[in-house]
Amino acid sequence: MTATTQLADARISVRHVRKTFDLKGEEFVALGDVSLDVADNEFVTVVGPSGCGKSTLMNILAGLDMPSSGEALVDGDAVTGPGPERGVIFQQYALFPWLTVRKNVEFGLKTAGLNAKDRREKAEHFIDMVGLGQFADALPKMLSGGMKQRCAIARAYAVNPSILLMDEPFGALDALTRVKLQEQLLDTWSRDKRTVVFITHDVDEAVYLANRVVVMAARPGRIFEIVDVDLPYPRTEEMRLSPEFAALRNRVWNAVYHQNP
Amino acid sequence: MVAVTDATVRQTAAQRSTPQKGRSPRRRMLVLNLVSVAIGILLWWALSASGLRLPSPAEVAVRGWELLVDGTLLSDTAASLTRVLIGFALGTLVAIPVGFLMGWYAWARGLIEPWVQFFRTIPPLAMIPLALVLLGIGEEPKIFVIFLAAFFACVISTFQGVVNMDRTLINAARVLGTKDAGIFLRVVVPASVPFILVGMRVGLGAAWATLVAAELIAAQAGLGYRMQNAQLYYDLPTIFVGLITIGILGLLMDRVLLFAEHKLTGWQERR
Repeated sequence: MTATTQLADARISVRHVRKTFDLKGEEFVALGDVSLDVADNEFVTVVGPSGCGKSTLMNILAGLDMPSSGEALVDGDAVTGPGPERGVIFQQYALFPWLTVRKNVEFGLKTAGLNAKDRREKAEHFIDMVGLGQFADALPKMLSGGMKQRCAIARAYAVNPSILLMDEPFGALDALTRVKLQEQLLDTWSRDKRTVVFITHDVDEAVYLANRVVVMAARPGRIFEIVDVDLPYPRTEEMRLSPEFAALRNRVWNAVYHQNP
Repeated sequence: MVAVTDATVRQTAAQRSTPQKGRSPRRRMLVLNLVSVAIGILLWWALSASGLRLPSPAEVAVRGWELLVDGTLLSDTAASLTRVLIGFALGTLVAIPVGFLMGWYAWARGLIEPWVQFFRTIPPLAMIPLALVLLGIGEEPKIFVIFLAAFFACVISTFQGVVNMDRTLINAARVLGTKDAGIFLRVVVPASVPFILVGMRVGLGAAWATLVAAELIAAQAGLGYRMQNAQLYYDLPTIFVGLITIGILGLLMDRVLLFAEHKLTGWQERR
């Protein structure tokens, strides 16, 4: 089953994207024919078994990788490289270890050509937003995993992207920290809406955060099913424990773990 | 970059936050070091007293003092240090850009690597006969072999630093809008600093070792020359003074670079 949705006013459009790699002379299909539209200010999560190509899809949207055929469009323009309207958050944080939290957050602002004073003010704001005010002058090695990811989130937000691409950002964190960061992310998102594509391997996380959950399948990587999450925001702890949530969770779980190709 | 678990964070934090506890084992180590040196000198003394043809520590100390007072030791040291520092500085200065070029551009790597791999297997000392014939017996051949020693140690290390750097950091800079030049200056260069410094330490060691040998062969001044000269007159105390000076200077230079390494690469996660 292939599920696609076509939206009239899509911010992100993935059109028949195919990505193949050469694996010791054999063609490995990372992404088969993938099509997906994401609306403005939508929160879409992508979940699927390993090898389903979800990170490849993310890299293509980020402009770090090019499709073998088909195209990815952002606001109607084909993606040919990274762009300031798309912020990316990596699973491994990717903080510059020789820079303090403050300098990490200022990195993109410096690239954008802001002067020292404006950089500092802006960075200050986003460091406070993620609650790292006390650690502004600490090096990444002093931070815990959760704090590192909060710093990476502040760094991405600082350049004010209207689209956030998050590649299993909480995957390396312990369960408690993960839940806390999910809450903070939703809180920030509901106050200051952005279009989010969030990759995860955690079904709970996928359902809890999303407007829509895109379930992918492997071999070849493709979209298996799209599940609409009709729970209202703000999402709460009660909602997490509700029968509606459980029903959605079961549906996504079955789609991920009992895929009949 | 490897994800650091909370346990490691706590562990390193604990190590960092206990300088008080850290002091007494350090002092004990220092005491042990000093005891070891004292025992070594005593053994030396005993050996020289037992009729072996060794100068006693006292004789060596006296000769060291004489050489210091008449200025020979200082002028020899200055001559040796000047050579090593010029050769080392030139070697490092050329090695760093070449290493970056090799690491950053596949074509540069393809062109340069065979030569580097071939020539680095030749001990710089083996180049001395050639250098003497081509460059004469002045300062040039000595500086040239020291240059080679420093260059090869540093170029390989810089190259490895660029090649092994974490690609996600480059991607992180790219998605923040940074272009190639910015990525090179603001990501690749700082990420390679630890590798460059390791290369410089190895290079300095190699340069120092090469220098003394080069001076043994052809020189009019320098620590190696002084020892070579002393050998003609069976002047063992002077040879000892030379050896000890070479050892102390090598150690000091290594410590200076080690200190620089700690200052410049303190951001690294130690695993």
